[in-house]
Amino acid sequence: MTDAPGAPWSAPSPRLWRMRQAEVGALAVLGVVVALVVAVSEVRAAIIVGVVALLLASSSLYFVRRRVRAWGYLEREEDLLVRRGVLVRRLSVVPYGRMQLVEVTAGLAERAFGLSTVKLHTAAAHSDARIPGLEPDEAARLRDRLAALGEAKAAGL
Amino acid sequence: MTTPTSAGARTWERLHPLSPVVRGSGSALALVAVLAISQVRTDNGSSSRVDVDFAVIVLVLVLGVVQWLVTRWWFDGAILHVETGLLRRDSKTIPVARIQSIDLVQPLLAKLFGVAELRIRVAGSGKDERLAYLHVDRATRLRAALLASHHGLDPATPEPGELALTVVPGSRLAMSIALTGSTVVLVAFLAAFAVTTAVSPKEGAAVGAFGFVYLLGLVTGIWRRFNTQYGFTVASAPDGIRVRRGLLGSVSETIPIRRVQALRTIEPIAWQPLHWCRLEVDLAGIMKRERGSGSPSVTKSLLPVGTTELASSIRSLVVADLGVVHTPPPRRAMLKAPLSYHHLAAGHDDVVAVATTGRLSRVTAWVPLDKVQSVRRVQGPLQRALGVATVHLDVAGRRVDASFKDRDVAEADRLVADLTVLCRAARARSAGADAR
Repeated sequence: MTDAPGAPWSAPSPRLWRMRQAEVGALAVLGVVVALVVAVSEVRAAIIVGVVALLLASSSLYFVRRRVRAWGYLEREEDLLVRRGVLVRRLSVVPYGRMQLVEVTAGLAERAFGLSTVKLHTAAAHSDARIPGLEPDEAARLRDRLAALGEAKAAGL
Repeated sequence: MTTPTSAGARTWERLHPLSPVVRGSGSALALVAVLAISQVRTDNGSSSRVDVDFAVIVLVLVLGVVQWLVTRWWFDGAILHVETGLLRRDSKTIPVARIQSIDLVQPLLAKLFGVAELRIRVAGSGKDERLAYLHVDRATRLRAALLASHHGLDPATPEPGELALTVVPGSRLAMSIALTGSTVVLVAFLAAFAVTTAVSPKEGAAVGAFGFVYLLGLVTGIWRRFNTQYGFTVASAPDGIRVRRGLLGSVSETIPIRRVQALRTIEPIAWQPLHWCRLEVDLAGIMKRERGSGSPSVTKSLLPVGTTELASSIRSLVVADLGVVHTPPPRRAMLKAPLSYHHLAAGHDDVVAVATTGRLSRVTAWVPLDKVQSVRRVQGPLQRALGVATVHLDVAGRRVDASFKDRDVAEADRLVADLTVLCRAARARSAGADAR
């Protein structure tokens, strides 16, 4: 693509995949529980609901895995590249000088897995540079590095 | 006039003493109307109700006066300080460096009293800062001082002279408004109403009653457009582009050229035979931290209607478009964008990117490369099948402004690489110009 050949793209932590699996699993369990509740009155409907839930979960794992693998980021000298998406492929190039703030967040699932998301904000609403599923050390390193670079190269609006 | 009160070395000034009257008169008038109606209705008159109404009016005025008493402002040459609030003191500091534009607004009533409101748009702030109202002369002087200081000059520099570029004739404005969708709807409705009434008056009345509220909205919208854009005057001055407009009230805007994030000309389909277009600029507004970051951009009109030559001469004040080569995407992109393919085109040089899109209206956007926040390449499934991709240039605000839509993949990749480098160079250049 646009990077120099052989440039090493960094990927989110491998545990992001496990986290997504857990999320899908939780949804499947929810489906099965609903099935069990329904089973009290209507057995046939319950079986259908349960089977559908399990089928959806197992097939969605395939897509989820591809999506997890699609995430990547590359710190270049002047800008950060973030790529994501399978169906719709996106690549964002955000110059460090344009960063307004760097945000590190961790949702419920991410906290349970000890991961966090680093989000870059520019003055444009669509810049959209977000890297999920980072190890805490890597998130902190990225945050500090981006903040430092942002300050060094800051440009006015 | 304003009353200077000294607090140490600071010279605080009050707003114009008539401000509570001008500001409150709208609601006061409404109240008087309500009072009058209730008076007519209960003409045998319980006097206590009248007292209550009267008390409300007095209260509104008293609150206005209190608001006036507790509001003061002070400009120290680099920062505008505004303090207001009785119970919760609200003290604002507005650094001139962050000013995006300054408007001098005079509604009809303010015009009659010779006062004006100063609206200052600041990057990174929630809303416009308003000083309502100041004496017109004071407001003009303060605007000159703020702008001079914004451009790094002595605040005492008098307002520089300007070069008038154009005045939009009222007839052309009326014509352009007549050629928009809302007028067509209005005429169609009136025709329908006339026909129905001719056939059967009873049903005509029903149709009239049904559409009345909607019609009222339409007419108000058309009137507002005419009223706010009447006498549209564009002038260029060293401190920015100046726009004056308004029929009953008047608005005078000053837009520092370097604050423009993007320009856009819009050619509605009904205007295309006349070679007319509208010219708009985007300024950076508010920075929000929540999801969907970025600032809702503020769009200002630089020309409500005019020939394309006129629009491009005004545009050249802001961005130099020295014949950027505009190329359409490959023909196979027609499958992906069948309705807008005939307008799609884009190109760039090392200063500006230009992109045209639109289905019925043709919308052309110019983005100075030093204002680009980020470059994005997006490819959906259909685009992948066709071997095309879209490259977006994001500027401050919610609108994606220049998109190289549906370009050949190889070209898209080259665009991402080239534009990233060109934008960096443009940024460095403008940073150098700032430091000068």
